[in-house]
Amino acid sequence: MRTILYLVRKEFLQIFRNKGMLPIILVMPIIQLLVLSFAADFEIRNLKYYWIDKDQSTASRLLRSKLEGSGYFILSGTSFDTQAGAEMLEDGETDLVFEIPRHFEKDLINNSKNSIQLTVNAIDGTKAGLGSFYANRIVQDLAAELRTEYLSRLKFEPVKFQQVHTTYSFWFNESLNYKTFMVPGILVMLVTMIGAFISSMNIVREREVGTIEQLNVTPIKKHHFIIGKLLPLWVIGLVEFSIGLLVGWIVFGITSEGSLFLLYCFAAIYLVMVLGLGMFISTFTETQQQAMFISWFFLVIFLLMGGLFTAIENMPDWAQTITLFNPVRYFIEVVRLVMLKGATFWDIRMQFLVIASYAIIINGLAVWNYRKVA
Amino acid sequence: MLRGGAGRRRGTKANNKMKRFGAFVRKEFYHILRDRRTLLILFGMPVVMILLFGFAITNEIRDANIAILDLSKDQRSTELRDKILASSYFQLAKNLNSEEEIAEAFRDGKIKVVVVFESQFGEKLQTENAAQVQIIADASDPNTANTLVNYLQAIIGDYTIKLNETASIPYQISLDSRMWYNPELKSVYYFVPGLIAVLLMLVSAMMTSISIAREKELGTMEVLLASPMQAGQIIIAKVVPYVLLSLLDAIIILMLGKFVFEVPILGSLPLLFIEVLLFILLALSLGILISTVSDTQQTALLLSLMALMLPTILLSGFIFPIENMPLPLRIISNIIPARWFIVIVKSIMLKGSGLELLWQETLILCGFIAFLIAVSVKKFKIRLE
Repeated sequence: MRTILYLVRKEFLQIFRNKGMLPIILVMPIIQLLVLSFAADFEIRNLKYYWIDKDQSTASRLLRSKLEGSGYFILSGTSFDTQAGAEMLEDGETDLVFEIPRHFEKDLINNSKNSIQLTVNAIDGTKAGLGSFYANRIVQDLAAELRTEYLSRLKFEPVKFQQVHTTYSFWFNESLNYKTFMVPGILVMLVTMIGAFISSMNIVREREVGTIEQLNVTPIKKHHFIIGKLLPLWVIGLVEFSIGLLVGWIVFGITSEGSLFLLYCFAAIYLVMVLGLGMFISTFTETQQQAMFISWFFLVIFLLMGGLFTAIENMPDWAQTITLFNPVRYFIEVVRLVMLKGATFWDIRMQFLVIASYAIIINGLAVWNYRKVA
Repeated sequence: MLRGGAGRRRGTKANNKMKRFGAFVRKEFYHILRDRRTLLILFGMPVVMILLFGFAITNEIRDANIAILDLSKDQRSTELRDKILASSYFQLAKNLNSEEEIAEAFRDGKIKVVVVFESQFGEKLQTENAAQVQIIADASDPNTANTLVNYLQAIIGDYTIKLNETASIPYQISLDSRMWYNPELKSVYYFVPGLIAVLLMLVSAMMTSISIAREKELGTMEVLLASPMQAGQIIIAKVVPYVLLSLLDAIIILMLGKFVFEVPILGSLPLLFIEVLLFILLALSLGILISTVSDTQQTALLLSLMALMLPTILLSGFIFPIENMPLPLRIISNIIPARWFIVIVKSIMLKGSGLELLWQETLILCGFIAFLIAVSVKKFKIRLE
């Protein structure tokens, strides 16, 4: 026990002595959380639209004011020329082009049917998809409005037709604020990155610099060494997590619906897993450069497949199966479930079980692969 | 006779220089090829990343879990329910029996949306000509929620039209949408150009800066500087292998994109290559600049990670659209070279644009290169302390 305490003290001394390391551990995550949360915003607003109105009627003007009022669209220009719209789209000056055909309103009254043409720059598929949804919703609103007005003007009993009205409500995030969704996920990303990078580079460094031999010739046991290495990093990871939660609360006003204690319990187990992973990487690399590259490689895959940016349910089945082996996935799920929906231990018992088994497996592998010879 | 000798001597001198330069390049290649693990990552990374982005990272929604609370269970509500479940977007996860169960259903995160049919749905349609469907979406992921609500509304709208086949509904407006450049809304179209930028940054800037810093750290830089080679030549010899590696990576990505994911290359291939080379040059000069200010590998590594990789990934429009960012970040994004490069590559590949549309962005890249080289030359110290 005393041996471990000495080792822990040595680690802390080394970490705090390194003037470059401390800012990286403490300041970087805050900056990243701030920048990322503002940058990683898939909320689609401010779509630029180009307006070609060949009709110039009340109906078309009404549509335009509805587009403006929706908050999703910003006018990038108008003309009466289809070609001009196409050119704007090609130059990337606009995202969508609306074209109202000639006699739009007149045809609408006579034939009761008509269509508006919408051309979308679809290079960014998500944006294009959502943009055309918004546009469609607004157009249907307009149609419904015109219809009601038309019916109320009729003096005789109108033709009977049946309508299904829909109402919709958004739960857990009524304002559809994207940050509420992203900030908890980014928190996971930070804890994972710091944990994996620092632990893998920390041990490799002793090897590269040569100090590992000095440690190897001392009578400390394998498990002493490993616990002594990981315990300080584990504490740092939890501090990191707390800083992130604090920033999320102060800057973005995001508080946890569920129990914080539960969140910390999960984070504690998860960190053991991440640190074990870093240690495992360090057992088969020789230089810090290699350790860095390999951790980077795995982290990119873990983060991309973790459901942080794109939902796992949308992935093809084989990819979904792969994500079952991805520890980051479970932590992101847990953080979002607990913080946004107030899940209880019973709701996330599976995630606990899985992450605990991974922690045991990966640490077992690392210990098994670690040799006390240089 | 004499002149011939001088010519020959001059010839051998130039020859020697070339030979020395060649030897330097060869030495650098050995360094790179010897480190198998890093090499594997360098070539494995682009392949894995493009496969992931192409196959797994998608925003297209399919088989979203839906729960249905049908309070009337009559003919009409069953019809509409079957119509919703018949679409490829939704699959039934649960039938609910009361409103209290809704909150419970969302709890474990599997169910994305709940549809509620009011009681006496069919009867109300018959007598009052109007009935209600309530859609409740789990908006913890706002975009998914929005998309699902829209799909549901479209399905319900279709159903309404079917209901009234005989009577004509006045004022029907349809929106005839055309998706240009990417009709199937594939995400891979969007990611390929960005992926090229990120990997070129990784290979050209990060690797070069670390490799030069390593020579400094290990003390071998002194040996190199003491050789008859000039400092400029040493640096050029150092970066040549990385230019080749970067080009190879870019080609791998383009080929995978084209043959596996059918991402088109509509514009001119030579122009694309010139722009890629330009960007490699830019990344290399960035790498050289970083190496001149850092003495250890670790500093070089962290500097390139923080100053190059993260901004390139986050602020270049690679994953996150720039126009959504707050103003300060939008301003910062202007000084990130990858931002301009991504615009160029996207336009050439997907829109088939030529230089007449892209000269501004190209000029900006050239400006960056000139600036970076000027600063590095000024900062480069031939002597080590």
